[in-house]
Amino acid sequence: MELHELTASQLSQLLKQREVSAREVTDAYLERIEALDQKIGAYLTVTADLARQQAKDIDQRRARGEELPALAGIPVALKDNLCTQGIKTTCASKILGNFIPPYDATVVEKLKANGAVILGKLNMDEFAMGSSNENSAFGPVHNPWDLDRVPGGSSGGAAAAVAAREAAYAIGSDTGGSIRQPAALCGVVGMKPTYGRVSRYGLVAFASSLDQIGPLTRDVTDCALVLAAIAGHDPKDSTSADISVLDYRKDLNGDIKGMRVGIPKEYFIEGMEPQNRSLVEKVIERLEALGATCEEASLPHTEYALPAYYLVAPAEASSNLARYDGVGYGFRAQSEGPESIVDMYMETRRQGFGPEVKRRIMLGTYALSSGYYDAYYLKALKVRSLIRQDFDSAFERFDVLIVPTTPTPAFRLGEKVDDPLSMYLSDLFTIPVNMAGIPAVSVPCGFAGGLPVGVQIMGKAFDEATILRVAYAIEQDLGLSNLCPPLEVKAYA
Amino acid sequence: MPDWSERYEAIIGLEVHAELKTESKAFCGCSTAFGAEPNTHVCPVCLGLPGVLPVLNRKVIEYTMKAALALNCEIASFSKFDRKNYYYPDLPKNYQISQYDLPLASHGYLTIQVDGQPRRIGIRRVHMEEDAGKLVHVTGPDGREYSLVDYNRTGVPLMEIVSESDIRTPEEARAYLEKLKAILEYTEVSDCKMEEGSLRCDVNVSVRRRGQKEFGTKTELKNMNSFRAVQRALQYEIQRQIEVLEEGGEIVQETRMWDEAKGVTASMRGKEEAQDYRYFPEPDLVPLVIDREWVESVRRELPELPDARRERLIKEYGLPPYDAGVITSSKALAEFFDATVALYPNPKVVSNWIMGEFLRLLNAHGLEVRQAQVTPQGLAELLRLQDQGTISGKIAKAVFEEMFTTGKAPGQIVKEKGLVQISDPQVIEGIVKEVVANNPAVVEDYLSGKEKALAFLVGQVMKQTKGKANPGLVNQILRETLARSK
Repeated sequence: MELHELTASQLSQLLKQREVSAREVTDAYLERIEALDQKIGAYLTVTADLARQQAKDIDQRRARGEELPALAGIPVALKDNLCTQGIKTTCASKILGNFIPPYDATVVEKLKANGAVILGKLNMDEFAMGSSNENSAFGPVHNPWDLDRVPGGSSGGAAAAVAAREAAYAIGSDTGGSIRQPAALCGVVGMKPTYGRVSRYGLVAFASSLDQIGPLTRDVTDCALVLAAIAGHDPKDSTSADISVLDYRKDLNGDIKGMRVGIPKEYFIEGMEPQNRSLVEKVIERLEALGATCEEASLPHTEYALPAYYLVAPAEASSNLARYDGVGYGFRAQSEGPESIVDMYMETRRQGFGPEVKRRIMLGTYALSSGYYDAYYLKALKVRSLIRQDFDSAFERFDVLIVPTTPTPAFRLGEKVDDPLSMYLSDLFTIPVNMAGIPAVSVPCGFAGGLPVGVQIMGKAFDEATILRVAYAIEQDLGLSNLCPPLEVKAYA
Repeated sequence: MPDWSERYEAIIGLEVHAELKTESKAFCGCSTAFGAEPNTHVCPVCLGLPGVLPVLNRKVIEYTMKAALALNCEIASFSKFDRKNYYYPDLPKNYQISQYDLPLASHGYLTIQVDGQPRRIGIRRVHMEEDAGKLVHVTGPDGREYSLVDYNRTGVPLMEIVSESDIRTPEEARAYLEKLKAILEYTEVSDCKMEEGSLRCDVNVSVRRRGQKEFGTKTELKNMNSFRAVQRALQYEIQRQIEVLEEGGEIVQETRMWDEAKGVTASMRGKEEAQDYRYFPEPDLVPLVIDREWVESVRRELPELPDARRERLIKEYGLPPYDAGVITSSKALAEFFDATVALYPNPKVVSNWIMGEFLRLLNAHGLEVRQAQVTPQGLAELLRLQDQGTISGKIAKAVFEEMFTTGKAPGQIVKEKGLVQISDPQVIEGIVKEVVANNPAVVEDYLSGKEKALAFLVGQVMKQTKGKANPGLVNQILRETLARSK
């Protein structure tokens, strides 16, 4: 078995027992990126020298007999909206194409403190806006299961890198499903933790009240391992919660007897791919077989989540992205002769942002403008509280809720590019979780036409332990851990 | 200029921004010190770099609360921050973190004296926000105009105090500002240095015919850097609005700049370009829940405020209300008074000196109390020198002026300049005899009953002695000499 085929937990064991060195593992991944990534397009920046240096440091520390954290020496890749000191952080946007942050995101600091080896920065939809990774200013990412298809978005690079074994695991961000949807489409595990569970400091903001950083991994065990490493209160993020972080691997034993599982009827809609539906239904059967009680649940305001999201998220985005004006850093449009500051702003933003970002800035600016605020933004906030209340009452009866992660498997590149509304439907099942701020994880549950399909487990706020337990039980029962796309043949052909 | 005050009245509201003198900025740990090299007191957070998040400085709430309590405001138990969105190169995020619909404090007031009568001016709200940076316009070596940005001030905490539209005249506006400044100084939450921009003021003003109920269209005045400028700008603007109305015109709602040199207001931007700030709740900060315990502990820390101090000076020292009002109009002045009285326990004499010479010199030099070199010790010593007859009252004033500009002790000045009073009767008698001999006509006048002639003769003696002769002795000896010459 090649080193890149191992999960992070398996690597951790081998490194600990000194059967392999961090340097060997890192080289294996760097070689794989070099061999493969031209076809996938998962990376925007590969930090090979830094990675080798970090790996060397870890090996030396281990050689000195230091007790190292579980993630020490294991290569990770970061979505390019996480600030990395001294390393370009572009958000896949022309406007930040030359931006090198003078600081690390808290998550990056934590990973470094855990001895992680950073392979590079991953492609994404520009400013995390999109569901197909076709909005990157630097080209799309291809789905490792079928290079003609999208990997999902906006953490498309992250999901593809993990699926293609170009990184042991990856860190992404999820504003409306941007970790879970590509995880489902690429056959990996992706978790959006509770809002406030992981510090957002250093995550380039898209929609501050919805954004959350989370892991994309090969299996549930890795997901638990990585979550424990990056979670926790951060004094630099006022919205981060001071709630203790558990060893999430502890309860991963497949035992879910007596677990109360809710199946929200609103998620099984017309227009959903029949194969996706039957795969999720099969999961529910298996959960019952494992001793859980599955019952129909209702989240009555589900249908309003998507429209409300497309008011709240663009509104916050329009404000968050206002700082990209060419004044202090990043791209500035050049022009000859005297110009007004307003001309400079407009030209910089005209040239610097892609169409989807502009569309959302316009939407958000409109939703917040005086005269429309009450009708749109404020109404959306009210809908948001109703959605929260739906979940609150559901979780009085159930430990977790099980729903599909996406309505369809990965679609073809270009298929929905000209139809933003149909593209927005890709995140139909993931958005309510962000609106409510609760945690959810997507795990593979089978294949439709050779493409992976994911099932989503939603849980109570700060109860990541329970959803991971259920996710692990499903993973083990279905035997779908560490899925590998048939890429080898194509890639090395 | 016709006087319209019989037929029109002005409705004036003030918005005052005061920089809080916390040591660090509102949402990061950077220093707030004034006058540092450009862009040295900055970090990713106050520069609004991608990915950064604000963390509220607790002192900002405390200081704002303290000022609000001193302004008799109610402190909200639930408050939050909002984003005010607009584009400007000195605003790194292109939005300002401010408070919109749920300010920290509201429903307060302060009291000013109008024609000797107290008048209450409402405070609509007091809220917290962050300051922007500063643009510096220069001509580059290529001859082109450049704008440089200094972000040192970005994120410095500001408190905005909005008055009700209770103010009716430019004089009231000035009195309100002076009182507000005094209260902020007393509570020590702001330096209130207008020259450094730590206290800034915008004015809304409209006029209406007397008896009319609804408000007229208002204009906003900006860019005034002294209380006097506020008063003058209002005088001009009220007159302008009335003239427009008298000529059958309409007031345009707009922002106007005060041109100090020309003494006029001029249109800055019209309503059609009015900003839509697109306020919405700041998602990066959690709402503020303020428990009563905290409010009460801040209330307990409140110092004696100007009105209370004024009452105390009247009661304790028997000062006339007018004197007490002037003395307590600035904390520094009141402290100067207290310190001087402690060394020289004659409050009325001290108050006369402070209200007279001290304020006159401060105004003449355009200085604040804290900038003057004279000390309470110096003034007390000066007053004792006068009492002991070492110097005359007239000399004392000259010595005080010297103390004010050089900071020297009065004794030293008197010594250096040879200003010691001539109190030797023999010396004075000699000069008196000379003056009497040289002015026979005046002496004649006096002897025929013209009392005024005596003053002339005294003046002559003083002139001869360069003002150093003890005036009491001069008077006495002169009368005796003249009586003898009858």
